[in-house]
Amino acid sequence: MIKMSAGERVEISLKINGKVYEERTEPRKLLSDFLREECGLSGTHVGCEHGVCGACTVLVDGAAVRSCLMFAIQAEGADIQTVEGLAKDGQPHSLQKAFSECHALQCGFCTPGILMSAVDFLDSHADPTTDEIKEMLSGHLCRCTGYKGIIDAIEQAAFRRKEGENVNGSGDTI
Amino acid sequence: MKPASFDYFRPSTVEEAFQVLSQSGDDGKLIAGGQSLIPIMNMRLSAPSCLIDINGLKELSYIRADDEWIRIGALTRQREVERSALIREKSPLLTEAVPFIGHMQTRNRGTVGGSVVHADPTAELPLSLLALNGRVVIASADEKREVELSDFFITYLTTDIMPHEMLTEVKIPVAAVPMGFSFQEYSRRHGDFALVAAACVIDTDLEGRISAARLVLGGVDAVPILAEEAMDALIGETLTESLLDKAGDLACMNVDPEGDLHATREYRRHLAGVFAKRAIMAAYEKATGKGG
Repeated sequence: MIKMSAGERVEISLKINGKVYEERTEPRKLLSDFLREECGLSGTHVGCEHGVCGACTVLVDGAAVRSCLMFAIQAEGADIQTVEGLAKDGQPHSLQKAFSECHALQCGFCTPGILMSAVDFLDSHADPTTDEIKEMLSGHLCRCTGYKGIIDAIEQAAFRRKEGENVNGSGDTI
Repeated sequence: MKPASFDYFRPSTVEEAFQVLSQSGDDGKLIAGGQSLIPIMNMRLSAPSCLIDINGLKELSYIRADDEWIRIGALTRQREVERSALIREKSPLLTEAVPFIGHMQTRNRGTVGGSVVHADPTAELPLSLLALNGRVVIASADEKREVELSDFFITYLTTDIMPHEMLTEVKIPVAAVPMGFSFQEYSRRHGDFALVAAACVIDTDLEGRISAARLVLGGVDAVPILAEEAMDALIGETLTESLLDKAGDLACMNVDPEGDLHATREYRRHLAGVFAKRAIMAAYEKATGKGG
């Protein structure tokens, strides 16, 4: 059994974007604050801090969750992905590229959370309908875009991914 | 918007959890998914001095069925219920109801047991499980008991569970797997708390007469309400427009909602009738093979 007293700071180990972090936390520290303040990963944004706005969404063991609705201590040993882990070798993730092309962001505050939800969503919805995308986005507040560009971007990323798979699958070039 | 300090315990067995629970007395608070508890802690509406995290108790995460019962472990994530082929086959009302809970991002973490013990009168799982005549298994260091859901909810956020106890399982009788079922909900925005929700299960005979019906309304009182008069009116009848109207009237006459910022008392009562009728209609159509 793990026991920690109020205010006690203990070191926890977890993997974030493929890298192991060993940082100290007290029981009440939210995962969102831990990522930003202890790990220096400020790409995860903190909006409402009660699970409504979705800005702090990250992947915990592959599932999109609110990092403000988890204590850091609960993520001990977990495999976490944040927006900082999306780009590879200086190349933006397909979703990031589509967001840029479709003007899916203006101020960008909500964007990291939406991107992380979209990663989880596209993993389980290879060919999503617009309504399914809207339902997924209902867990995110964006006050700039009106959501149209975001929906377009996710549709575009899904389409390109599907097209890519077809190319790989059939050997044909399109 | 930061929670107050607390002592933290993460037991690795159910026995350890019971031990901490009995030692911590009234100060101990269990946390499962935390999707309702952490918001109220962040807002300092709740400041438990001792938090007992049961996320390490993997043995409480399961969905099983035998000849008599469908059993769902308390720590089973709502998302797992939503995606479960076994639930879709044996208890499709839950498959229909779960997507109304919060958002995908909160269902990934929120648990079945957590939703039931939190006992929000608008919550989808308590409503559906009551419609399915479900029970909860409650255990402590020295006792294990079962409570019918109809006896479990006492008032807002209050259930028949003692500080030293833990809900370990919800179970649904297989005999109650209905031919027709429907979950209907109205909220201002998708994922918000329901203004009114209705769950209905219906069985019919070969002539289309209703042989069994259960109708539960949420958001209209301090606990989910079994609309017994409406249910009685349906039994033995085939569903006609006038019977549907009568059942809807009976359903909304017998509820006593409170008005608030989101909806007046009258509007909630009106919605209760409308959504009761929609749920009955959809459940009946499925039972008689007319619906999808």
